[in-house]
Amino acid sequence: MSTSVLFDAPGPRTVRRHRVYSVLTVVVLAAALALVVVRLNSRDQFAADKWEVFVTPSYVEFILNGLVDTLQMAAGGIVGAMVLGLVLGIGKISDHRWIRTPCWAVVEFFRAVPVLMLMIFFFSIYGIYNGTSGPFWCVVWALSLYNGAVLAEVFRAGLLAVPKGQSEAAYAIGMRKSQVVWIVLLPQAVKIMIPAIISQCVVTLKDTSLGYAIAAPGLTAVARPIYLEFQNHIPVYLVIAALYIVVNLVLTALATWVQKRFVGERKQLQVSMVGEAQSERAA
Amino acid sequence: MDAIADNYQLIAISFATTILLFVFSSIGSLLLGTLLVAMRVGPISVMRRTAALYVTLVRNTPLLLILLFFSIAAPKIGINFQFVRIVIPTGWGDIRMTNAFAGAVVGLTLYTATFVCEALRSGVNAVPIGQAEAARAIGLPFGGAMRHVVLPQAIRAGLPPLVSTQIALLKNTTVALSVLVLEAAYALKQLLDANPGDRWWLLAVFAGIFVVLVEVLSLVSNRFERRWRIA
Repeated sequence: MSTSVLFDAPGPRTVRRHRVYSVLTVVVLAAALALVVVRLNSRDQFAADKWEVFVTPSYVEFILNGLVDTLQMAAGGIVGAMVLGLVLGIGKISDHRWIRTPCWAVVEFFRAVPVLMLMIFFFSIYGIYNGTSGPFWCVVWALSLYNGAVLAEVFRAGLLAVPKGQSEAAYAIGMRKSQVVWIVLLPQAVKIMIPAIISQCVVTLKDTSLGYAIAAPGLTAVARPIYLEFQNHIPVYLVIAALYIVVNLVLTALATWVQKRFVGERKQLQVSMVGEAQSERAA
Repeated sequence: MDAIADNYQLIAISFATTILLFVFSSIGSLLLGTLLVAMRVGPISVMRRTAALYVTLVRNTPLLLILLFFSIAAPKIGINFQFVRIVIPTGWGDIRMTNAFAGAVVGLTLYTATFVCEALRSGVNAVPIGQAEAARAIGLPFGGAMRHVVLPQAIRAGLPPLVSTQIALLKNTTVALSVLVLEAAYALKQLLDANPGDRWWLLAVFAGIFVVLVEVLSLVSNRFERRWRIA
């Protein structure tokens, strides 16, 4: 629904009222911003020595190494998730119940369990014994399992979103189920699924920060030694948050561009939520 | 198995804390999210842009950073929740709701409200355009149209994504572990460190309880959705 229908072109009294509201909002926002700046200033948060870290090359390199670690964990998580998601997604639309039900159970389980719990569990099995690289792989495996389950739903929704005529025609010329899925449906489904997959990349990137609880490397872990040494909690926090926001915005912009360029006006993919009853329709 | 039998009180108290975290954050995020969506579709462009900026910034920040802000960075500029000091004594232990808990609730509310805003906005966009036109035709102003015509239908239409955000909130309460709130994931970590032999049982119990909680939420939402579905 076009939201401009919610309110009409304003008449003179409404224009005056809206102007009052706008001024009030701007005043409130400016006051809040001023309060924050004054507070920060009174505690010397704008002093040069607190911000000097971010223009010192070796510290900038340290922070960027943390960013690289985060990106590596996210990439590993996504690759694992795509593999697992493909396997589980195709399993969920199988004709055989003995494949379908275990896949459904696995997907439901890993969608319902919090990622952090998986990370903690893997840490207690593997991470504790392998000092530096252990937590890295714990994060990657936990992310792969969780995002694999979500991507399984995305793959299933994508395969079912291909127009039904395609699969009917493929069956009509005698293809078997596996040929229909691999040769006809998957190539067309990939185009539909790419925006959802990229959104899941953004989620994965944000979830790599959870590794903080199990001493994994990454952007959030990099902040601690810096603010412990320089006592500049607020500047460090602002810079790290800004880095995360920039990377996520770039990914989101990529997803929007891909949606416009390759998928066009078609509706966004509808992925069912956890616990929702699944229709028995197979591809 | 012994680890669970010996520590069932700790497990129960930690899950009670998780559920309390979820309830408070859920109510807060629904209220704040509704306010945000009203700003987002409103006629005053300053409010529209402020809400859009807030939603974009907070959506792209990891939840952990927001919680760390309220626990580590905010006290440095004088924002702390020391005035919150509620302890509920039960037979099995105390449920402590102190400044860490309050900071976690505030952080979770601020984070989830953005997702609630987006879910409700998709609901608002799903309301047929004729409804809003009819509301204008009988002379309802923006506030009246939202309250009486659009928002009730938007909540109906936006219920599936809304429930997804609340389920995600339930799972996100585990992130409060990093700011030392004694909830389920914290208890899991403690018990895993103390009883390394029972780790599979511990995972089974904790994951099982979470699956049950999520399925309960999901079932409740399915009930509501079926009742409010429009044909």
